[in-house]
Amino acid sequence: MARETVEVPITGKIVGVNVKVGDAVKEGDTLCVLESMKMENPILSPVDGTITEVGVAVDDVVKPGGVIAVIEY
Amino acid sequence: MFGLFDTGFQFFTWGSLLMLLIGGVLIYLGISRKMEPLLLVPIGFGILLINLPLGGLMDYEMEITNTTGTAAHVISIDADADNRLHEDDIILSLDSGDIVSPVPGRIQEVLVTPGQEVAPGEVMAVMLTSTQTPLPTRPIGLLSRIFEYGIMWQIIPPLIFLCLGALTDFGPMLADPKTLLLGAAAQFGVYFAFFGALATGMFTIPEAASIGIIGGAEGPTTIFVTSVLSPHLIGATAVACYSYMALVPIIQPPIIRLLTTKKERGIYMKPQLREVSNREKILFPVIASIVVILFVPMSAPLIGMFMVGNLFAVCGVTERLTKTASTALIDVLTIFLTLSIGATMTAENFLQPKVLMVLVLGVVAFGTATAAGVLMAKVMNLFSKEKINPMIGAAGVSAVPMAARVVQVMGQKENPRNFLLMHAMGPNVAGAIGAAIAGGVFLGMIG
Repeated sequence: MARETVEVPITGKIVGVNVKVGDAVKEGDTLCVLESMKMENPILSPVDGTITEVGVAVDDVVKPGGVIAVIEY
Repeated sequence: MFGLFDTGFQFFTWGSLLMLLIGGVLIYLGISRKMEPLLLVPIGFGILLINLPLGGLMDYEMEITNTTGTAAHVISIDADADNRLHEDDIILSLDSGDIVSPVPGRIQEVLVTPGQEVAPGEVMAVMLTSTQTPLPTRPIGLLSRIFEYGIMWQIIPPLIFLCLGALTDFGPMLADPKTLLLGAAAQFGVYFAFFGALATGMFTIPEAASIGIIGGAEGPTTIFVTSVLSPHLIGATAVACYSYMALVPIIQPPIIRLLTTKKERGIYMKPQLREVSNREKILFPVIASIVVILFVPMSAPLIGMFMVGNLFAVCGVTERLTKTASTALIDVLTIFLTLSIGATMTAENFLQPKVLMVLVLGVVAFGTATAAGVLMAKVMNLFSKEKINPMIGAAGVSAVPMAARVVQVMGQKENPRNFLLMHAMGPNVAGAIGAAIAGGVFLGMIG
């Protein structure tokens, strides 16, 4: 199966995590919400698949390139 | 003795009632719909306060003098303190001619009696008005004093720009300087609305410039330019600007969709931008001030304050100043600005066909600015190998950060991999600079 790693796009703080390992997600589903530049930005799933890894938790301060989630599809 | 006690009812008109409703709608939109609440709530309350007669918050005192040019005798006194005066209503009749009210208002005191001789230029009465006029007046109300010395003296809008500078990160623009072009292109909306306003035949050149600058989508810039060129329109242009900024998520998407294909909207851009060094960030406000002010000197109050505020934020040694500018100072200034802007909107000033046209042309300005930004991005794609998502051109409209947010949301919708926020912030902050320059150009040519 192919794997897709969703990375942190910009520096910010995680204010919500909507998925856990084993969850099935569809393209466009919200994986987590990243607060940056005083805005809450949803991070979306790029593919239909299953979450195999979640790399962030609420209140984490994250930097670009960090892993948000790994999705198998 | 009860005759001396005036209530507001005798001066309350249908116009006052309509304005109370308009003020109420703005307060509602701010509180319930969260539309620019920090701006619309105080503006709405300012409107409400000023349309409750005799409150005096926005009163200006104005001397009525013998303007007939010769010594004359008073024949009759036609107005008294119980009457609301419209523009051109007769206040006094002299044997050398009638003295009419130059603006709407009411008489505070009559200083002459029938039969009395008055010299040319002699003060015969004192009237109160809430209308902004180029004629000599003296502010005597709480809000008219704030308006006169804060806004008409051009102090508050540039200081707000200082605070906005402290809150602005030019990093995304410096990381990808071609986004400056998108911010510049969006200023097309300013000039389109300017010529559009002139074409209606309803507006003078200074009025048209004040309307055009709404397209810059920068409240302080709009207020600054209007206070110099056409203060009587300041309420309308400010409300148009702030309301349309709040409505950017409704105004922009259909225009963006109209001008782009689904494939273009889905163009992927890597989220990470080049790391911008601290030295670049420090040099930018200094060099930008020098270059812009040399080219457009009249933009100095806005650009100068914007850049010094930004220097506070990036230089690393003025943390206290940055903190004050980005929190307490901007809040204090916003309260003064918005309450007094709201208070310019009396029924006499606001309920006019011209104001309706200002609101229409304002949305035209926002729309054409959006279109120009998107089209410029498409043109840039013709010449560049690495394609940009043309939607980021729409963020050149400024309206920081709403326009960038619109692009981010639309970009993610078309392609969940996309995260265009930082790419859109470049043209977004460039648009703020562009609007200030466009304002400076107007002031240099017309002011």
